[in-house]
This record gives sequence, C-alpha cells and structure tokens, in this order.
Amino acid sequence: MSWVLAFSPEELTAIRLSLRVAFWAMLGSLPVGIAVALLLSRGQFWGKSLLNVIVHLPLVIPPVVTGYILLLLFGRRGLIGEFLADRLGIVFAFRWTGAALACAVMGFPLLVRSIRLSLDAIDRRLEDAAGTLGANAMWIFVTITLPLILPGILAGMILSFARALGEFGATITFVSNIPGETQTLPTAIYMLIQVPGGDLAALRLTLVSIAISMLALFASEALIERATRRVQGL
Amino acid sequence: MLSVAVQHRLGDFLLDAAFESGAGLTALFGRSGSGKTSLVNAVAGLIRPERGRILVDGAVLTDTARRVFVPARQRKIGYVFQEGRLFPHLTVRQNLLYGRWFASRRGQAGEVEHVIDLLGIAELLARRPANLSGGEKQRVAIGRALLAQPRLLVMDEPLASLDEARKTEILPYIERLRDEFAIPIVYVSHAIAEVTRLATTMVVMSEGRVAAVGPTAEIMSRIGLFPLTGQAEAGAILSARVAEHDTRFGLTTLRTAAGDLRVPYMDLRLGAQLRVRIRARDVMIALQPPQGLSALNILPGTVAEIGETDGPSVDMRLDCAGQPLIARLTRRSVESLGLVPGRRVYAVIKSIAFDHQAFGGAAPGTPGADADTRHG
Repeated sequence: MSWVLAFSPEELTAIRLSLRVAFWAMLGSLPVGIAVALLLSRGQFWGKSLLNVIVHLPLVIPPVVTGYILLLLFGRRGLIGEFLADRLGIVFAFRWTGAALACAVMGFPLLVRSIRLSLDAIDRRLEDAAGTLGANAMWIFVTITLPLILPGILAGMILSFARALGEFGATITFVSNIPGETQTLPTAIYMLIQVPGGDLAALRLTLVSIAISMLALFASEALIERATRRVQGL
Repeated sequence: MLSVAVQHRLGDFLLDAAFESGAGLTALFGRSGSGKTSLVNAVAGLIRPERGRILVDGAVLTDTARRVFVPARQRKIGYVFQEGRLFPHLTVRQNLLYGRWFASRRGQAGEVEHVIDLLGIAELLARRPANLSGGEKQRVAIGRALLAQPRLLVMDEPLASLDEARKTEILPYIERLRDEFAIPIVYVSHAIAEVTRLATTMVVMSEGRVAAVGPTAEIMSRIGLFPLTGQAEAGAILSARVAEHDTRFGLTTLRTAAGDLRVPYMDLRLGAQLRVRIRARDVMIALQPPQGLSALNILPGTVAEIGETDGPSVDMRLDCAGQPLIARLTRRSVESLGLVPGRRVYAVIKSIAFDHQAFGGAAPGTPGADADTRHG
C-alpha cells in the first residue's frame, strides 16, 4: 500500500495548487457574490432578468466555451486582460490566478443562488424593526441581514469551493495545463492517464481528490448546521 | 405631544385620518382593516404617506408639502410589533441593548436594570427568542423599544397573538409602563377590554377615518358611537378607589364619584386606584329605590340621553352625580317605565357582573366571576 502515499513532487504541487486555486476562487468571488445576490434579491432595476441570466450562464454553456470567452476577455490581448496587464500589472493568462478566475466564474452561479435563496427567505420585517431602533442601512446589514443569511453564505462558499476543485474545461481552455503554474488536480489526472505508466499516479490523485471533496462536504454540513441553529436561536 | 394628519391610498382603501394626542396612553381603536396599523406605520416612518404632516414634540417628522421625511431610524419612536420581531440570532440581552448602541443619549445608570426589573425578564437574559413563550417575547420586545430611548412608544396590537392568560399576564406591565415612564404611548387595538383598561385618550377609527377622539370614559359613554366601539361590550367607565374589604362575605367596596360599588373581593390595598367598566347590559333601571332585591349596587341618577333605535333594545346614558353610566333596556321597558330625559331613576348592578375584564389597574388574576356566570 506504500504506493498510496508515494507522492511525487509534481503531484504534491498539483494538490497544493488545486487547494490554493479553489480557496482563492471561493474567497475572491464571495464579496461579488453577496453583492450580486443582494441586487437580484432586492434590487428593482432595468435588466435584472438579464443579469440573472448572465450569472447563471456558466451553469448551462459548455465549460470550454466559458474558458474561451475568458481567454477572449482576459487573455493578454483580451479586452480586459490588456488593460489590466498594462495599467495594473495583473495578468491572468497562463497563471494560477487565471485558473482561480476560471473556477470562480464556474462556481459563481452556485454561490449567488445559495446566498440569494437565503436572502429571499429572510423576514424583512426584522430589518424594519432594527430601523425603528435607530440602526442605519449599513448596521442593519451587518448585524441583522448578514448573520441571518450566514448558513446560505457558507453553503454557497462550499459549493463554490467544490466546483473549483472539480473544474476542468474552462481552466484548461483558458490557462492550459502547465505543471506548477496552472496544473490542478483534474488537469493533472487528465494528463497522467494520457501518458503510459501514469495510471498509478492518476489513481493516487483521484483518491486525494475524493478525500478533499468529502472532507469539505462534511465540514460544510457541520458548519451550516451550527450556523442554522444559531440563526434560529436554538 | 403627537400631531398626525395623513392621507394615503392603499389599493382601494383610503386612509384619511388626523388626530392629536398628549401624555399617557392613546388608543387607536377600530375594527381590523380600519387603517390603524397604516396610521402608526406612517407615524413611525415605515410608510411614506402621499400627503400629510406628522409632528412629535414639535419636531416635524413628515411634511409632504415641504418634502420632509425623517427616516424611521432617526425618529426615536419605539415600536412594539404585534409579532414581537425579536432578532432570532441574538440573546434576550443583546435584543434589549440593540437600540442602545444608536441612542444619542445614554440614559441614566441603572435604567437597563430598571426596565428589566419592571418587565420581569431578568431570568431570560441569556436565552434566545426561540425559547421564550409568547408573553415573554412581548415583554422583551417592549423592553427593547423602551431602551432605545424613544420619545414616543408605538404598540401595534401587542397582545393580539396571545391567549387570554398571557394577555392578563402582560396588561399590568403595560399599565406600569404608562404610569412610571414619561413616554407617551400610542396603542393600536381592536379589543375594547384592553382599550378601556389602558387608554387615557381614545381615537376611534372607522374605514380609514377618525370617527371620534376624546378621553376614554367620555368616548365610551357616547351612545352614538356604540356601533363602532362595540354593542355587546358597550358600557361606562368609572374611576374608583378601594375603600373597604369585607372579609366575611368576600367583598370589596369601591368608591366612585357615582357612588359605592360592592364587587367580589379584590386583592388590592386600601386606597388603590382602578378603573371599573360597567357594561350596559349589566345595568337595570328602577324608578324607586328597590327593596328586597339581591343586587348590592344601587346608584341614583337621572336619565341624560336615550339612544334612538327601531330594534328591541335601547341604550341610555344616565347621569349619576356627574358620572356617565350606560344602561341597556328593552324598548318596551323604556316605554312602560315612562323613561324620558330628566327622569330620576336608580341603576341596579349585580356585584357578580364585575369580572376580571371589568377592572383596570388591578393586579393580575383578580378574583372575580367568570364571564359565563354572569346573568343574561
């Protein structure tokens, strides 16, 4: 059974990178996700349904297409990519940050959906009550709204993280499969099963992948349950 | 001092109401759908009326003509909601102190303890709202509104979602609130028993309009308002003082300006003040001082006003030493006794007619006959 733990340096790099990419994809998309969920749940504006469709688009279009769109937008010569690279020195193309961006985009619909559902479920009269007690909009959000949607936020974060761990199509299209830079668990596994003698390594990484996912799901269930109990005051 | 004049359309319903109220407890009374809650929501700044002007203590909170609308959070109006609306994720203590973070003036030291003590919620502080009974929730909600240092307290049917026992549990706390704090209270209710027990001033609302405003006893003795204040529960309100206890027969004598009333024993100290509601249907009329009668309460007076009706019963207002008393008789009796305004009569009230709902300011669980044992 020693082969199970005999990770090569490349494999360990892929595992670490995968975790890093998933973590930053989740964390980076969180503030945007909360803002968009707020807009969709409470906003009254022209083009709201269009925004809703755009947010959900990565769920339905092929990941390759998403990756290609990202390449067009955020590539070196891309509309946004060129501006970011020239003005701010931020480069996504063929970097691990690009992998994180691809994962963030793919997980975004799940994140927004989860937060939006819990926002819709909030008793808004509680916010009115906080208002009559003197709290302004900002305080109401921080002390009432945010704690009450915490279970939804946690669930959304886990979904986003899990989606990022499994992301393949958009990542490989957008940032390719560069060991040490953009090679995550799925792309590493994909590469290993292409080469002769890579089966064992592929199996190892597959087991790691399953272990991380299960751990994340167990942890999230526990966290969400605790948060829900807290919110319901039990 | 509260001054309200509001016009607001909600679908087919037009709210067009104006009233002024001062210290003490002002009850907005009316059937469900008469616009009471919309009116207090306008006062609290939770709805923005189409037209209107709202002032509290001279400060303009809403004035649509001058485009003034102070947001709810800056109004310093404490609001006790029908469903409590406690924050479920916070403990009772955190709920109570929530408004204090924002209160501009800190209030005296010991105020928190005083409010906690007054509402009897000291044991609940560490709990969360999900573990409280309905009555406890409402007491915490009242405390939370009070501790935000409001200049006016609005209570929207705070007892409506509670059963009778919980209501009796909370009413004394609201009375203490009214009497011990200098904060004017606007109290929305459709329950006449609550209103007559608590209210200093009564605003009667009907179909979005104010039908009458005045001191509670005066409003309750207006025969013309009975269709709005409730026929079945119509009756006069007298201020009374506990004068004597008769332990042998278990009776208490209450002294009112209209005369003494003997009622089932009340666990109150001598001299305690309370309000007594005497239902019109519990009052009989005699032309001479009755003899050989079991009823213990006989108040002399004169007929002041006889209500007009085509139905079998007639409401009349008596003047008993300057106090109004309402009696409901059959039209036949009125005719056969020859009752006309100015006629000297004797009002007869059975002691047992006083049940716990008839008293305000009394301790909870006042012994008295149950509603069912009253004579028909």
